[in-house]
Amino acid sequence: MSTPLSNKFYEEMKKLESRYPNKKALILPALHQAQKEYGWLPKESLAAVAEYIGVHEAQIREVASFYTMYNLKPVGKMHLKICTNVACCLRGADELMGFAEKKLEIECGETTKDGLFTLSEEECLGACTAAPAMMANDDYVEELDIHKLNAYIEKIKEGGVRS
Amino acid sequence: MSEVKASEGSLFIQHFFKDSNRALSYYLEKMNGYQAAKRVLTELTPDQVIDEVKKANLRGRGGAGFPTGMKWSFIPKQSEKPKYLVCNADESEPGTCKDRQIMRYTPHLLIEGLVIGSYAIGCKHAYIYIRGEYVREAKLLDEAIQEAYAKGYLGQGIMGSKFDLDITVHRGAGAYICGEETGLLNSLEGKRGEPRVKPPFPATSGAFSCPTAVNNVESLANIPFIMRMSGESFAKMGKIDKSGGTRLISLSGHVKKPGVYEVMAGGMTLRQIIQDLGGGMLGDKRLKAVIPGGSSAPILTADEIDVIYDVEPLQKIGTMMGSAAIMVIHEDTDLVKLLLRITKFYAHESCGQCTPCREGCHWMESLLHKMIKGEAKMQDLDLLVEVAQNIGGKTLCALGDAAAGPVISFVKKFRPEFEAYIKGQKKYA
Repeated sequence: MSTPLSNKFYEEMKKLESRYPNKKALILPALHQAQKEYGWLPKESLAAVAEYIGVHEAQIREVASFYTMYNLKPVGKMHLKICTNVACCLRGADELMGFAEKKLEIECGETTKDGLFTLSEEECLGACTAAPAMMANDDYVEELDIHKLNAYIEKIKEGGVRS
Repeated sequence: MSEVKASEGSLFIQHFFKDSNRALSYYLEKMNGYQAAKRVLTELTPDQVIDEVKKANLRGRGGAGFPTGMKWSFIPKQSEKPKYLVCNADESEPGTCKDRQIMRYTPHLLIEGLVIGSYAIGCKHAYIYIRGEYVREAKLLDEAIQEAYAKGYLGQGIMGSKFDLDITVHRGAGAYICGEETGLLNSLEGKRGEPRVKPPFPATSGAFSCPTAVNNVESLANIPFIMRMSGESFAKMGKIDKSGGTRLISLSGHVKKPGVYEVMAGGMTLRQIIQDLGGGMLGDKRLKAVIPGGSSAPILTADEIDVIYDVEPLQKIGTMMGSAAIMVIHEDTDLVKLLLRITKFYAHESCGQCTPCREGCHWMESLLHKMIKGEAKMQDLDLLVEVAQNIGGKTLCALGDAAAGPVISFVKKFRPEFEAYIKGQKKYA
């Protein structure tokens, strides 16, 4: 049967199998690994994860939908997640969000037409002493201000996203 | 970013904020790395280790402050099932970022703590459950674990002893509730991170239905220090009864020098922390309020900060130390808006199992929205408090109380600010 997940997925999972007393415990690692392949989790990949774990697809969706980091819809190549929780809020996160929406011409939660940027609001990232902060894909960008955020967005617009 | 400000007797901070310090070589040379584990594995019985940790007055550093030694003593000595030690590295209480520094700069301290803790409770496979957003920290931990395996500090027959231990890093995927220990265990098992009904407690039925101890990163990272200096000496470091050692504090918000700092347990007042460590108020503005223990902690007014910063003194004035995350708030801050933001967080993070929390959090959020938009009546303010009071104590886990505490304390201490919105004296900007 053809599968939407690469050999690498199965190789990575194989390495982890002996670390857990049962296969179901691999659901979170498997979803992380599957998401690396497309940047999000298409229905077919959820089905492939379900087949690999040996549970019904609904069970995988039930788990995936609980966690905010699993994207059940496509996201842009660069996913900017601005923390707007207390510590960042006290340090101007709302202004940053307003600026990003204007700059990217989208609202929070949307993706730009060219598919380059998705903008989200994030709960506390654990970067409170370097607030305000955001995640840009897997990286933290800390001690932000509008100038720094503007420069970051410009850099991505010009140079694209390193994969 | 934080600067190193090591005061006499500090354990952690002098090793933070320098990338090269995370190497095994640094840990072995500068921090007597793995010597405590070696002594424990070759000379002490598990019970002796637990007794030493009990003597140390090490309180859990995750939020609840439960004594670590006591927690370990609840794990049954005889068990046909395997036993697990799970490190809670979910660090998701808003305002908290201290565990992140431990994992970044002293990962081997955590690994050694896990070796000693696992020996004490009889665990052969420990897990570090780390929040999904800490991608980099998970990678650094993995690298440190590989280093430890390569040098025989993990794996079979550790350091020539008969003790075996594996450690696996398990990444979460973005859910505040996974910081709650039974939510965390469900998440580790590949389920939704919904807290469990207790009892059974994890000590009897935890990870994979086996006896389990769940300990915070900082709690475990303190274990090697305790075994090196003795529990008694560690306890004496604390300047207050029942609290041993030091506390890592995440100081954020409106201070001149936000950062992660270390103080002797009970050694400073909140005012001293803000003034002496934080460098005073940002822009020399007036202090309005302090959230002293993560966003779940009831708020304090500017007049309430001459309090010793530790568990009991804070409890006595109606708030809590929680995860030792202090958020400082100056005079220009709109507390109604801030409370709305906090409440929105809990509404988003409520797992939805318990009706009072699931419905109550959204109800409080919508009442606060109404207030900000100038559409609320005076009785809505009383309703807000009533809803909060009907959540507290009626849920499976502490998230409900965490959501209620801020609402009740904000309204009690800063009522005129809420009334100003209701009377139309203040408009949403």
